[in-house]
Amino acid sequence: MKRIIAAGTVALATTFAGTAAAQNEQFVPANFYWVGPYAPGGSGFGGGMIDYFQLLNERDGGINGVKLTWEKCETEYRNDRGVECYERSKNKGPTGATVIHPLSTGITYSLIEKATADKIPVISMGYGRTDAADGRVFPYIFPLITTYWSQNTAKIKFIGMKEGGMDKLKGKKIVNIYHDSAYGKETIPVLDAQAKKYGFQVTHIAVPHPGNEQQSQWLQVRQIRPDWVILRGWGVMNPTALKAAAKVGFPRTKIVGVWWSGAEEDVIPAGDAAKGYIAAGFNLPGTSFPVMQDLLKHVYKKGKGDLEDTSRVGSIYHTRGIVAGIITTEAIRTAQNRFGKGKPITGEQMRWGIENLTIDEKRLKQLGATGLMQPLKVSCMDHEGGGAVKFIQWDGKKWNVITDWIASDQSLVRPMVEASAAQYAKEKGITPRDCSKEK
Amino acid sequence: MLYREAGQFKSTYAQDLGIFPIRQDRVAFWLLMLVAFVAVPLLGDQYWLSAILTPFLIFALAALGLNILTGYAGQLSLGTAAFMAVGAFMAYNFVLRMPWLGVIPSFILAGLCAAAVGVVFGLPSLRIKGFYLAVATLACQFFVLWVIQRWGWITNYSQSGVITAQEIVIFGYAFTTPAQKYLLTLAIVVVMALAAKNLMRSETGRAFMAVRDMDVAASVIGIPMMKTKLLAFAISSFYCGVAGALHAFTYLGTVEPEAYTLDLSFRILFMIIIGGVGSIMGSFLGAAFIILFPIFLNIFAGGISHALGVEISHAVVSNLELMIFGGLIIFFLIVEPHGFARLWQIAKEKLRLWPFPH
Repeated sequence: MKRIIAAGTVALATTFAGTAAAQNEQFVPANFYWVGPYAPGGSGFGGGMIDYFQLLNERDGGINGVKLTWEKCETEYRNDRGVECYERSKNKGPTGATVIHPLSTGITYSLIEKATADKIPVISMGYGRTDAADGRVFPYIFPLITTYWSQNTAKIKFIGMKEGGMDKLKGKKIVNIYHDSAYGKETIPVLDAQAKKYGFQVTHIAVPHPGNEQQSQWLQVRQIRPDWVILRGWGVMNPTALKAAAKVGFPRTKIVGVWWSGAEEDVIPAGDAAKGYIAAGFNLPGTSFPVMQDLLKHVYKKGKGDLEDTSRVGSIYHTRGIVAGIITTEAIRTAQNRFGKGKPITGEQMRWGIENLTIDEKRLKQLGATGLMQPLKVSCMDHEGGGAVKFIQWDGKKWNVITDWIASDQSLVRPMVEASAAQYAKEKGITPRDCSKEK
Repeated sequence: MLYREAGQFKSTYAQDLGIFPIRQDRVAFWLLMLVAFVAVPLLGDQYWLSAILTPFLIFALAALGLNILTGYAGQLSLGTAAFMAVGAFMAYNFVLRMPWLGVIPSFILAGLCAAAVGVVFGLPSLRIKGFYLAVATLACQFFVLWVIQRWGWITNYSQSGVITAQEIVIFGYAFTTPAQKYLLTLAIVVVMALAAKNLMRSETGRAFMAVRDMDVAASVIGIPMMKTKLLAFAISSFYCGVAGALHAFTYLGTVEPEAYTLDLSFRILFMIIIGGVGSIMGSFLGAAFIILFPIFLNIFAGGISHALGVEISHAVVSNLELMIFGGLIIFFLIVEPHGFARLWQIAKEKLRLWPFPH
């Protein structure tokens, strides 16, 4: 017994000693999930981000000499555990948590007010609260690259392209099968607005969490006989949907998934039923990009990679994590350029860094990430910064890119974002910032 | 030796009826209150206050609500999370639509709404018992969430069905910091726990227990079945409703209906099973175990791998955490099927005999 207590004391002592160590470090919490039905997404994305940090530490010695540190915390994709992890991690490292990637729409919602009060930016890359793209109302929240609404307009554009023009959408029937959660419901208003604009018919069908039973929903699809199905699934719901579609004989080449439905983990369990299935993506899979080659050379060869199953390196979730790593570190670099090179920055400075982040084609080439992600330009007005989507199709073995970057329809999305953000501001009594006065 | 009532005489009825008949208990209780109300907010940092203690208190209150229904009145329910959801969403609506009302009256009204829902879904309890009743309350769990997700008015037509709790202002005083929110939660929980303790010692509480122990006998001696059972559902749901309102307002801030799934109902049921069915104290002990223990395991595992200098894969740690937790639940239930509250009682009895056990 005594020995156990002694071991425990040592353990606790070293934990505290560990946090007080070297000052020239930039701490980024890794609050993801490694258990439960969504573990493939959490471990893949988390692994990618950590791998990229490790790569910078190993290859470049950090960012201008500032080493990146991180600590994992298990959120189980649950809001209360996510909040606990956030509170636990926010004061670690010499300058506290730099930025949080909640990787859950629910946790993002729970953190909006807390993080804004604590001055810690939240990056919800491709998920979270869409209207946070209006940076005047949400100074600390960054739904970077593309929001759900933007990608949804790109999806309809893609369907229009396939049909031979947006005017051909008139009279077409589209079914939106969604995960019955805040995440799943986000796109309903946009789809309704687009249905009105282009004259197609849209039916929304909910699938209750976790979505491993979808027979009745797909029977309904068979009755409606839609031209296209939009799949807004997450986790185990995706392969189940594909299998159910095969059972009722709905062609998979007419199913378009959101990016949380378009990873290897979503299609491989469905086997042959997934062949021909199309999904949107804001990052591309593969290990051919120079940055991925560097990663293999500097990190995985040395046995310092985060993914135990090395066959997952270069999978969709993994490269999405790499993109998160690139955005995070580039924002830190931007902030360092202004607030002092080679010094750790605070959350408040990081907010400036993200808001003034520009990653153009030239920079992407320097990073070795051309084609892995799209160029990005964030501003005070626009916390999204990109908005374009590529479409990928599963051939039974791998994802093939079938389109170029398809831009979203901001003329439709932006007014809705601003209206929704204004309603939030009114409810909460927030006075929107004046972007012309930001510097 | 220290814990003994020898020499303490009760000379009035009021003393005889006190919640804590032994002076040492009273002293311990007031010390605990002093620590909780003064020392903790002064010493606790933000992490402890907002991420550990506030949720612990809120879930203890919800467990207490379920304990009134299941532990005292003997009616098994799986709708706890739904009652919490009613409380959370109605409190939001009362504050939104009737801002002149104030936050505390809104919480009470939200609790009453939950009580009304509880009474409606308690009706089957008049005809069915045990596991069959549990299945009937499942309907409540799904129906309530379905209504919240489908009926736009409840979420003020939020596009994603998510609500953001308003700022808590009571008589012009805003509760914004974690310490303030903790104190508000603590005050409400203490008042309601004491009320529950007294209620269970009153005629109503005794009627509940009579129904639990044998409902035929209870009705023979003149306890009205309908009134007693529905009252148990109402009071229990009221407690859960207030817990839900606190969950939204003092803890998460922004809530989605998915936070109140069946999973949460089961977790609260586990709290009272582990803590002690039919015990106020047990609700707190059970909530502490279910809420705090996984977090402790998580931190401890991190410390261990840090100390030993070996990188234990995080996925292994996360899964191990669930396994150890499950194993401990089974262990405790084998060693003490009546929960932590019973262990606490045994400890107290032993302490009274110490150091001369006979």
